[in-house]
Amino acid sequence: MSKRIEVRDLNVYYGKFKAVEDVNLTIEPRSVTAFIGPSGCGKSTFLRTINRMHEVIPGAYVEGEVLVDGNNLYGKGVDPVLVRRQVGMVFQRPNPFPTMSIADNVLAGVKLNNRRIAKSDAEALVEKSLRGANLWNEVKDRLDRPGSSLSGGQQQRLCIARAIAVEPEVILMDEPCSALDPISTLAIEDLIEELKTDYTIVIVTHNMQQASRVSDKTAFFNIAGTGMPGKLIEYDETATIFSNPAVKATEDYVSGKFG
Amino acid sequence: MTATLPPRAAADPQGAGPARVNSYTSGKLPRWAAPALTVACLMGAIAVVALLAAAGAIGEFSLVLAVILGTVSAIALITTISLIAEGRRAATNRFMIALVITAFVVALLPLVSVLSTVLVNGAPRFDLQFFTWSMRSVIGEGGGALHAIVGTLQITAWATLISVPIGLFAAIYLVEYGRGPLARAITFFVDVMTGIPSIVAGLFAYALFALIFGEGVRLGFAGSVALSVLMIPVVVRSSEEMLKLVPNELREAAYALGVPKWLTVVKVVLPTAAAGIITGITLAIARVIGETAPLLIVAGFTSSMNYNAFSERMQSLPVFVYTQYANPGTDVDVYLERAWAGALTLIIIVMALNLIARLITRLFQPKAGR
Repeated sequence: MSKRIEVRDLNVYYGKFKAVEDVNLTIEPRSVTAFIGPSGCGKSTFLRTINRMHEVIPGAYVEGEVLVDGNNLYGKGVDPVLVRRQVGMVFQRPNPFPTMSIADNVLAGVKLNNRRIAKSDAEALVEKSLRGANLWNEVKDRLDRPGSSLSGGQQQRLCIARAIAVEPEVILMDEPCSALDPISTLAIEDLIEELKTDYTIVIVTHNMQQASRVSDKTAFFNIAGTGMPGKLIEYDETATIFSNPAVKATEDYVSGKFG
Repeated sequence: MTATLPPRAAADPQGAGPARVNSYTSGKLPRWAAPALTVACLMGAIAVVALLAAAGAIGEFSLVLAVILGTVSAIALITTISLIAEGRRAATNRFMIALVITAFVVALLPLVSVLSTVLVNGAPRFDLQFFTWSMRSVIGEGGGALHAIVGTLQITAWATLISVPIGLFAAIYLVEYGRGPLARAITFFVDVMTGIPSIVAGLFAYALFALIFGEGVRLGFAGSVALSVLMIPVVVRSSEEMLKLVPNELREAAYALGVPKWLTVVKVVLPTAAAGIITGITLAIARVIGETAPLLIVAGFTSSMNYNAFSERMQSLPVFVYTQYANPGTDVDVYLERAWAGALTLIIIVMALNLIARLITRLFQPKAGR
């Protein structure tokens, strides 16, 4: 179900401003890859280019190629809607749909696309997705309550359930734990560990312990200064990045000397 | 600044006496001071004015003068006392609060006055006959406004049917799709349209329908077109504001699930903003339902029933009120009473609309919280 992501010579722009410059990397299927780096270095921006969410912002565009199993996402005539059905995303702040119940939130990907689904299939999908997000036991008695009635950590897991309900190949997570307490964070980290067996996961995080705990490979991004484009400095096995990085800036960052 | 601090700053925080005083409350006027002072000032002012009147200094007793005098003296007195007892910051606070309350009461006065006047004068003819009769062949007593009520409801309903789709779609375009000069132009002209005098809307509708049906045309539907010219900008403006309030995160959440943009708008953005949009539409209806001038021109006036907005003249409540007032027969009071009853009916319809909007708002509101 999961797929390999290859990024070639990628430049990302907001209008005239070049936000990310010359990124080349390959993400293996069924692995967790963490993006770390100081604020504003373009890691979130880069993450959003992997499912074409970047272009939702007016004036934003991309040069280069992002290949998912060899297919270029930025080729001519590619429908971003189809891309996003295969590359799901979880955002920094939990954002369940306020007009929908918990169950409807999980089914959002189906229902919002006007696809018909049998009631029994829908129930099965809700249970499977919520179990997949480690949320089933907490909400099984109140599936018809509004999604906003849950706690922040539960809401974030609801958003993950919503993302896996559409059965994507890849899940992107943009600082999924930055608004959560340590216990909810732990729940989500365990979940990432489990999801790894089925999905390719890319996670942006500011928490270096988190990156070292959950990820197989880590990419370090940095900027030379404000107004300069962000660059991929180093990309390697997580253990190497945190113990024996090749670049001085990486070592300084992971050891807390700056940033 | 330290020199102007009130003595409470020096109070012993431990409290000397057995009944320990909270140092944060010392040196403050009690809660009842301001209201009590206000009542006293108003009574005093009434007494003074009454005395002056009795002495023949100002002619007749005037309640308005007394209230103005009482209010001004109350504000001055409260501020002064507070300045002495509580210090400058508290005095400024009390002065501003007094001004705000006064402004609130002044704003409320005309509303209460209009409502009570219409209630008192409209009640005598607010009877069954008023809602079951038209004015056909009625000279003098009796008669009713059924034809006008039906006309108002039909004309407004058609106006709403025209305005809501146009206004809502325009707002969706502006918020979700519009970029660049076209969107700016639409925003500009919508703002211009908000200021169009209603008589101009009436003349526009008349000119439009005169092109099709020839001069002298009078149609209920032409009235609806005129009203929709006034209504569309209000709907666009309010819907636009409501759509802008929908957080971008929800749109992104839907996009990330592979939902196309139009479905995101239809199924995420609109339901989230539904409550506000409906309130805005109701306010827009309330804004046009009382319009007289355009309907006078294009819908005309009649004393007969007309259930068909697409043929012949159609009476509406504001025009009914106007004709009853402007062309009374020999028995003037009968006509005026009908006019008041018509006005009362109109106000009740608007109130009912607002209540319905509140109800709908509550039903559609995203269920918040735990």
